[in-house]
Amino acid sequence: MSKINARIPEGPLAQKWTDYKDHQKLVNPSNKRKLDIIIVGTGLAGASAAASLGEMGFNVKSFCIQDSPRRAHSIAAQGGINAAKNYPNDGDSVFRLFYDTIKGGDYRAREANVHRLAEVSNSIIDQCVAQGVPFAREYGGLLDNRSFGGAQVSRTFYAKGQTGQQLLLGAYQALMRQVELGSVTMHTRSELVDIVIVDGKARGIIARDLVTGELTRHFAHAVVLATGGYGNTFFLSTNAMGSNGSAIIKAFHKGAMFANPCYVQIHPTCIPVHGEFQSKLTLMSESLRNDGRIWVPKKKEDAEAIRSGKMKPSQLSEEERDYYLERRYPTFGNLVPRDVASRAAKERCDAGFGVGATGLAVYLDFKSSIDRLGQKTIEERYGNLFQMYEKIVDENPYETPMMIYPAIHYVMGGLWVDYELQTNIQGLFCCGEANFSDHGANRLGASALMQGLADGYFVLPYTIQNYLADDIATKRMTTNEPEFTEAENAVKARLEKLKSIQGNRSVDSIHKEFGLVMWDFVGMSRNKKGLQEAIEKIAVIKKEFWTNVRIPGNMTGMNIELEKASRLADFIEIGDLIARDALSREESCGGHFREEYQTPEGEALRKDDLFAYVSCWEFKGNDVAPELHKEELIYESVKMVQRNYK
Amino acid sequence: MEKNINITVKVWRQNGPKEKGRFETHKVNNVSIDTSFLEMLDILNEQLINENKEPVAFDHDCREGICGMCSLYINGRPHGPDDDVTTCQLHMRKFKDGQTVTIEPWRSAAFPVIKDLIVDRRAFDKIIAAGGYVSVNTGGIPDANSIGIPKADADEAMDSASCIGCGACVAACKNGSAMLFVSAKVSHLAMLPQGRIEGARRAKAMVAKMDELGFGNCTNTGACEVECPKNISLSNIARLNREFLSAKFQD
Amino acid sequence: MSNLLTASIGRKLLMSVSGLFLILFLFVHLTLNSFLLLDGVMGFQKGQLFNAGAHFMATNPFIKVMEPMLALGFIVHIIYSLILTLQNMKARGPQAYASGNKTTGVEWASQNMLVLGIVIFSFLIVHLFDFFMKMRGYIAWTPGEVEFPFFGSMAKGEDVYSLVNATFKVLPIVIIYIIGSVALAFHLAHGFWSSFQTIGWNNTKWMSRLRCISTIVGIVLGGGFTVIALAQYLFF
Repeated sequence: MSKINARIPEGPLAQKWTDYKDHQKLVNPSNKRKLDIIIVGTGLAGASAAASLGEMGFNVKSFCIQDSPRRAHSIAAQGGINAAKNYPNDGDSVFRLFYDTIKGGDYRAREANVHRLAEVSNSIIDQCVAQGVPFAREYGGLLDNRSFGGAQVSRTFYAKGQTGQQLLLGAYQALMRQVELGSVTMHTRSELVDIVIVDGKARGIIARDLVTGELTRHFAHAVVLATGGYGNTFFLSTNAMGSNGSAIIKAFHKGAMFANPCYVQIHPTCIPVHGEFQSKLTLMSESLRNDGRIWVPKKKEDAEAIRSGKMKPSQLSEEERDYYLERRYPTFGNLVPRDVASRAAKERCDAGFGVGATGLAVYLDFKSSIDRLGQKTIEERYGNLFQMYEKIVDENPYETPMMIYPAIHYVMGGLWVDYELQTNIQGLFCCGEANFSDHGANRLGASALMQGLADGYFVLPYTIQNYLADDIATKRMTTNEPEFTEAENAVKARLEKLKSIQGNRSVDSIHKEFGLVMWDFVGMSRNKKGLQEAIEKIAVIKKEFWTNVRIPGNMTGMNIELEKASRLADFIEIGDLIARDALSREESCGGHFREEYQTPEGEALRKDDLFAYVSCWEFKGNDVAPELHKEELIYESVKMVQRNYK
Repeated sequence: MEKNINITVKVWRQNGPKEKGRFETHKVNNVSIDTSFLEMLDILNEQLINENKEPVAFDHDCREGICGMCSLYINGRPHGPDDDVTTCQLHMRKFKDGQTVTIEPWRSAAFPVIKDLIVDRRAFDKIIAAGGYVSVNTGGIPDANSIGIPKADADEAMDSASCIGCGACVAACKNGSAMLFVSAKVSHLAMLPQGRIEGARRAKAMVAKMDELGFGNCTNTGACEVECPKNISLSNIARLNREFLSAKFQD
Repeated sequence: MSNLLTASIGRKLLMSVSGLFLILFLFVHLTLNSFLLLDGVMGFQKGQLFNAGAHFMATNPFIKVMEPMLALGFIVHIIYSLILTLQNMKARGPQAYASGNKTTGVEWASQNMLVLGIVIFSFLIVHLFDFFMKMRGYIAWTPGEVEFPFFGSMAKGEDVYSLVNATFKVLPIVIIYIIGSVALAFHLAHGFWSSFQTIGWNNTKWMSRLRCISTIVGIVLGGGFTVIALAQYLFF
């Protein structure tokens, strides 16, 4: 167990973070200038961390694969960001936000981290407002809040349907300010291809310049990964096309633990798949469930008639519709957490009640809200989403109900980190979606933005100092050290190997095949047989990839296929890990649903006596099964109970 | 319901920043009209890879119209023949069977071509770095509700702030001007009390950087506003002019 | 104020202010020209009002001061338009779009201000030769001396009315004037609101109002000059 020590501070839960900050080691200003920090990724977590550490006086090197740090996929978050401000006076508090997050995560998150998250949530809102984030306001001039799935209070701050964009632009602007001031050096269109470890500590990275194809070496006293989630393992997801899990895998290969890979969140309200060339799925904000009612036809014949185009949804009377969420969960109704809503949709479609050409869709109907509130109000609330839907599907959602279906959206799993957000490799930190820490087995809506910014603005800038304070004597290394050379050579060899395969299949065609296996066997519901089959199929695909992929173009200059191939090789490894983790976790919790473990009503059945731990996977070599370590989850402040949204 | 079309794609190919470019013509057959434009390019690239040719390089990321990474000048318009969308949200139902689709990169001296349809838009980052922010450090901030902001101002600031930095305004402008982009950020921050404080400094610094980077001068044609996928209003440019001139006159 | 003119917006401010100044001049010019429509009708003698107006303009010290200002306005407007256009062409880059420009809903005039400006400038040269140079005696002509009422008493002056009237009896000249005026109309329909936009006197509410006013300014000035030239040709 020595490899995983969460290093949670002693003391009562609510005091841990304060006590930690009171006693942690600090770096004095003159020493900060001598310390280099590499931050990979410029999403909410990466950009906010880079800006904050730059402001403090550290010498920061920031990397992103896009043409600008502003493109990171945090920008696509629509709904909002949670905070325990209790502005609406509806009984919210730090504890309640903490409790909801733990409960929403199905009691698989680490108490101390989640409480800290709830504690700093309020500072995030203050910070963002000061940066000029144009949050929605009431006529009185104060901030507006809305409610969100899985919570009984209104604690979500939002900026139209573009909250992620506005928060990211705030962080991006703060980052660019530091670039101008010289404390942050920005490397755009640069991809991390390896992490360099010297004497057991992370000391730098090898990056590939995506424009020239050149490999470059970068030294730092500490390396921070803020590279987002690996949802694209499934090929189709709501993630951006470039989102990838390669940085996580590089860390994994160097000895960092991969925690809870099987906790994958399926978002219930996405636009359904239309055809085989679909490249990604588009999310419709969860906030739509505040005013939309979800239903499928009650009778199978009606569903069939709709699928074949003989019938329109509007022809069905109220009695002929099955508002299944309202039926099954009278208390929360359409506002049940994401995992519950997703599984319910899949259940109906699998049972033959699905609509749309493929039968893999359910209706999200705004008719009763339009009747009650008027079209204008609905337009004000969701106008941009409705317009987006119409552009994609070519149907007017004011007149005919929207069609939605669940899709891969977010991963709760990621690199294992301790209380300080440090992985089990010294000097290697991980924040944002890339780490596993705060959401347990399921993330609540509007909590991803909160976690990204909490890590970047208010947690990492403190905790990284506790590490760096012991490192002030370490001089800047030249990148001519043998460890750098060795790492660069390994990367070069791997890329050349990929390029030399010259098989018959494009990267995408293999990724699609692989994604389908993942979706079918390791997707929304899983079982032992399917997972075992998936592991075998993944091995076959891996072999196919490494012998039959075709990458046109050159090693030098821009080569997008080479980038994609390198990322797919890593996705295949992640897919294998997800399946193994899902197989080993013989219970259902949050985003992980094992068909064998459900209540008679079809709800997730946790087994707290056996599985109240974080699964931490250790790399043991290529094509060797990884080793499982466990971090026990000890709940001192909350009692584990079965989630109930009835 | 399903309808497929055949199209001819005339696409700009250029190996590198300093190389000479040329148009290449390809047929793409049997494309479902429900396919997005970028998915059509995916299909084309799959075709090219199968023919052992290099696929067409184009920028794209979120594919839901918010990251601002996708570009493309399609049949005479930035982001193609649909209104208020980015290229990634453009669908093939906007094209006719048998049509020739011409695809070019953004053309502007400040956005040099990197490869094929990919251009370098780092100039925008440099403009933001020059002053597109509120100079506050992390922490030590008063409560978010300590300053009230009229809803109308907050809403208008939000409208300006919804710029995605895609560069369509520059691509559409016959003068290669970045005024809509710059004005959106200046307006967003000028309308909020938090940003008001350094409004004068910001306007001067951002305009100076914009000029330095070789963007053109605005002649108020309004093409940027028409082609902006996020409907950023021309009135932002008026506000930028006002901010800049009053800042200069105060010097 | 330092280095205002090295900034793009500073240069545009000059375009804008000089443009508005020239528009002001055009209104004065049109007011005076409108006398041509009244002369010989409504009980006025032929040329009576116009000659008096011309006399006023030629003898008024304020106008004397304004004349070089006006010339300066033209020069600034023209020189800066050339500087800005050259910069804009450079900013656009050497490679044109092969698929052209299919952006809809953009004022035609706004995209062609330089062309319109060149047309107006060419017309201006003709115009100066036709009247200004003659009235100032740079070009020989044989004016008749006429008497007309001037602020309550009688004054003597050159019969510029006859010069105008004779000029506008030649069809090709009338056509040139109409082309010049129409170009002016388009130039101003964009130029007027654009000036306000550049100064910063615009917002979402005033955008449509200013554009409407701008169209009216274009029609009134361009149309006014056209109507006068045509009327002279047809009816006087």
